[in-house]
Amino acid sequence: MITVTELTKRYARHTAVDRISFEVLKGQIVGFLGPNGAGKTTTMRILTCFLPPTSGAATVAGFDVLQQPMEVKKRIGYLPETPPLYPEMRTAEYLSFVGSLKGLSGAALHTRVEYVCERCGIADVKNKLLGKLSKGYRQRVGLAQAIIHNPEVLILDEPTSGLDPKQINETRELIRSLAGDHTIILSTHILPEVEQTCEQVVIINKGKLVATDSVNNLQNRARGGGSLLIEVASRQGELDSAQVQTRLESVPGVSGALFKTKRKNRLTFEVQSRKNGLIRGDLARAVVEAGWDLNELRSAAMSLEEVFLQLTGDSTAAPQSAEADAVATATGAES
Amino acid sequence: MRNVWIIFRKELRSYFVSPVAYLLLAMFAVIFGFFFWNILGFMVNRGIESMMHGQMFPMNVNEEVLRPLLSNIGVIGLFLIPMITMRLFAEEKRTGTIELLATSPISDVQVILGKWLAAVALYGGMLLLGAINFLWIFKYSQPDWKPLAIGYLGLLLQAGALLAVGTFISTLTKNQIIAGAVTFAVCLLLWVLEWVSGFETATWARVVSYMSVITHFESFAKGLLDLKDAIFYVTLIFLGLFLTSRSMESLRWRS
Repeated sequence: MITVTELTKRYARHTAVDRISFEVLKGQIVGFLGPNGAGKTTTMRILTCFLPPTSGAATVAGFDVLQQPMEVKKRIGYLPETPPLYPEMRTAEYLSFVGSLKGLSGAALHTRVEYVCERCGIADVKNKLLGKLSKGYRQRVGLAQAIIHNPEVLILDEPTSGLDPKQINETRELIRSLAGDHTIILSTHILPEVEQTCEQVVIINKGKLVATDSVNNLQNRARGGGSLLIEVASRQGELDSAQVQTRLESVPGVSGALFKTKRKNRLTFEVQSRKNGLIRGDLARAVVEAGWDLNELRSAAMSLEEVFLQLTGDSTAAPQSAEADAVATATGAES
Repeated sequence: MRNVWIIFRKELRSYFVSPVAYLLLAMFAVIFGFFFWNILGFMVNRGIESMMHGQMFPMNVNEEVLRPLLSNIGVIGLFLIPMITMRLFAEEKRTGTIELLATSPISDVQVILGKWLAAVALYGGMLLLGAINFLWIFKYSQPDWKPLAIGYLGLLLQAGALLAVGTFISTLTKNQIIAGAVTFAVCLLLWVLEWVSGFETATWARVVSYMSVITHFESFAKGLLDLKDAIFYVTLIFLGLFLTSRSMESLRWRS
């Protein structure tokens, strides 16, 4: 549905988007993930024909954004970062204005306005001035204007930014419910959002493509080969870390135990196993039978957050930021 | 055409949901009325004077009232035009709604035409409101209506040209006040360029003076439809709208 090849956008002083390529299939929800200033908005603006690319190509529903912008625009619904609302208009009036801009008219326009009001939960503010709406409602009206002409592709730039947690959940719910009929690209810098809403994720950082994968694969990648974190404690006296380590390594299936931290009489180890997590019972028994307490036993999976930092960190040359530090700990935890 | 109409309707509506349109209409009506009253009073005085001298000069309503009045109304337009055009694009840029227009299946030219025509329509409405004054003239005398119609056409063309310039200036900034102030300065300059001919007769001065919007209005005020002057205004309209479309195009490359 959307193909982006070697897309580049260069400004006088910097390159906002640097040779990005990815593809979105029909009906997918794709999360466009990256820190602020990564080039998400620029890419989206190119896809919506608001900005022309410096080089490279992008096609939406088979139409090139440079060659046939009108065809692309007809098929795209776009919600910019700030919903493009006219404060002096009323909700229904605004929606029919946008609808007619997108080529709807007469009874069809009327039905669509009714429909999107219902769908986006804004029927109760239909006759209110847009300037007087709360942030949550403004966002929903923004979403409503994006789907008014039932476009094949929806492009949503940070659709949940600035909303309160309840509104965030409602908006995500709404976006998910739209997935069946539309191909959706949404940008965000919030990871859980991607985990919750998207099937596919495209990660970019500093204008460069870092990874493109399904959310499941990324999470698997995060599960770092079945390493476990184990915390052992003792109620009588100090624990000898070397002793505990030997004991843990003696468990069948364990390929190595790495001492990590010590807090009073509690020791943490990271255990690498060959059997991918099936050794938890054996580990627990080994600890308890040695007369120690087992405080915690969990898989040392990185959160998507850490994967993200790792991925975006790898692509940056200078590891001197706070972000790079976080990467260092994240990779340290994995090894 | 349909798209132009959609934008036109939206713009005109937003003039009238805010106090802008009413304020402009009211200001125009008051000043128009004052000018009319003044010029009429002046003419009546002259009439009485000539009667007291016992000799009747031939007097002509078209010449004595309508012609100076039409020229003066152009000046009111000069002050009000920046207020009409300043928000056209500056406001869309400030609120980000320009992104909606630019990503909708509608061309820049359609957006520009819709907006400019709405501005012209508002000015046309102001002129119509002012025309109420003429009802009195037609009630108490028999002026020729054709020069008046041509004068009105001239006013509309003149305003159309300045509105096109204002529309262009509005695309250059996000700030309405800046757009309004610059438009006012440019309009005023286009107005007074004619003064150059007062002290200089070289070719350059004649060219500069020719650029003035006021020199081309004189024939319209007299009730003469001079093609050369009409073409001047139409050219200025095209130039303004062309620059607007270039400027909108450049927004895409710069933003």
